[in-house]
Amino acid sequence: MSWSSVNAAGIWAIYSTEMARMVRTIWQSVATPVITTALYFVVFGGAIGSRIQQVGGVDYGAFIVPGLIMLSLLTQSISNASIGIYFPKFTKTIFEILSAPLSFGEAVLAYVGAAATKSILLALIILVTATAFVPVHILHPGWMVAFMVLTAVTFSLFGFIIGIWAESFEQLAIIPALVVTPLTFLGGAFYSIDMLPQPWRTINLLNPVVYLVSGFRWSFYGKGDVGVETSLGFTALFMAICLAVLWWIFRTGYRLKS
Amino acid sequence: MPPPILWVSAVTKTYKTGFTALQAIDLAIERGEIFALLGPNGAGKTTLISIICGIVTMTSGQVRVDGHDIGGAYRAARSMIGLVPQEIALDFFTTVWNTVSFSRGLFGKRPNPAYIESLLRDLSLWDKRDSRVIELSGGMKRRVMIAKALSHEPELLFLDEPTAGVDVGLRRDMWALVRRLRDKGVTVILTTHYIDEAEEMADRVGVIDGGRLLLVEKTAKLMRKLGKRRLTLVLQHRMATIPPELAGWPIELEADGQQLVYSFDANAEDTGIPALLRLLGEKGIDFKDLDTSRSSLEDIFVSLVERAA
Ligand SMILES: Nc1ncnc2c1ncn2[C@@H]1O[C@H](COP(=O)(O)OP(=O)(O)OP(=O)(O)O)[C@@H](O)[C@H]1O
Ligand SMILES: [Mg+2]
Repeated sequence: MSWSSVNAAGIWAIYSTEMARMVRTIWQSVATPVITTALYFVVFGGAIGSRIQQVGGVDYGAFIVPGLIMLSLLTQSISNASIGIYFPKFTKTIFEILSAPLSFGEAVLAYVGAAATKSILLALIILVTATAFVPVHILHPGWMVAFMVLTAVTFSLFGFIIGIWAESFEQLAIIPALVVTPLTFLGGAFYSIDMLPQPWRTINLLNPVVYLVSGFRWSFYGKGDVGVETSLGFTALFMAICLAVLWWIFRTGYRLKS
Repeated sequence: MPPPILWVSAVTKTYKTGFTALQAIDLAIERGEIFALLGPNGAGKTTLISIICGIVTMTSGQVRVDGHDIGGAYRAARSMIGLVPQEIALDFFTTVWNTVSFSRGLFGKRPNPAYIESLLRDLSLWDKRDSRVIELSGGMKRRVMIAKALSHEPELLFLDEPTAGVDVGLRRDMWALVRRLRDKGVTVILTTHYIDEAEEMADRVGVIDGGRLLLVEKTAKLMRKLGKRRLTLVLQHRMATIPPELAGWPIELEADGQQLVYSFDANAEDTGIPALLRLLGEKGIDFKDLDTSRSSLEDIFVSLVERAA
């Protein structure tokens, strides 16, 4: 084996170990999103849906499905990836990763790949659960998968950065709690942003989650709050920013090496 | 001639705090050696090992492992190295088998269950292969750390204080393992606070203190130095100079002329002590107390530091 080639065994070791962590906690991993989704349908679909009936020609119950999936993709990607890299820092087992013949890019690929895989699997479980409650149509399945993968990877990268930055469990939780959750709830998961009063509607256009939910909803029903190109562009931009930050972390060894 | 298995040149480390932990370390280790890095707390042993293994970045200097630069050719360099760090660091929720196999994969090696099995049997961990790490005793966890370090068949093994907090039985097992590894051609570099440990195990010893490598010596030669003992005679009457009768003897006047100190080789057939005492009696040099001591590691540090200064 030539040492300039990729350490595939190393990537696989990390990826499969991370996935095994999910299997080990299979009931938590699956039961939680299924129950949460069911609750959302009872509360939003049942209680609110009986008043709102339709948004832009789509049944309210069906309307919130893409938003719900996006919500889970975002939060799960961030938490999976941030815990994935924070945990070895916390247990000091990171020394093994740092001393292995593994490039930084390979480590990122393994951790981010595992985190993204997990959140995509959960998203699919939620999608299946949703079909038990409401009829779901997917107009552009290819685009739907593309949005899912793009979002999962982008926010896993973001989570990975948070995990490297965090020096305590509090710090690990603070960005998701203070920034991500509010943005996702304001991001139009449960309503069309047209329904917001001004000036919130305009302010919300600065919220990146709006573009994700909008693009994702377009792949289901052919309609979104903004154009699908804008959605794609914004997601790609955010991904590029995350990659740039990771490049900087790699160059400086930030919070990984003293 | 093949390159040394480890070559360290002018390695310096200044931590972010501004503290300089290593100052221009030069060291070359030959293949198949057992090398002991001996030094007190805070000497810089772990820092040096961490730099070689890629965990800490050096401020300046160069390191090559079997000729591979640890910066430019890090894959080739690191794949040869196994590290058992000073502190136990394990994922407590995986099994022994899984964590050892994980390490092998991480270092780019194909799975080899037969090898992992022999490794676990060697380290008396075979019965525990399906136990989760959290269920193991401290000594077993330490052995898991060793199994992980050996999982990818390294040619250069670092043991950072392998016997700290380890009972006599495990210590003996550890030494037996190190010898077996050496017989297979593995180079072993270990750190220790104890001179006896270095004496028992190592072919060569490096003494490090305050971030400086004070000396690198064959163990036997270092022990000869250490084998020196001191006989201290507390004199009845202060002396200004050593009497001419004692001129040929390795004797020094200390404590402002209150003590005569005679250095001798404890391992020698004739220590010269009876002759010395007879001579002192003949010359009427009285003493009120006497004491012998082995020159300790501290003495060596002190004399080396004084010489370096
Ligand atoms: N991350 C760090 N930041 C700042 N200073 C550090 C750091 N790590 C170690 N040091 C300092 O560097 C010096 C050398 O530490 P090192 O751990 O290499 O010593 P050691 O020889 O391994 O000691 P011991 O025998 O106690 O394990 C110490 O003074 C220590 O305080
Ligand atoms: Mg140490």
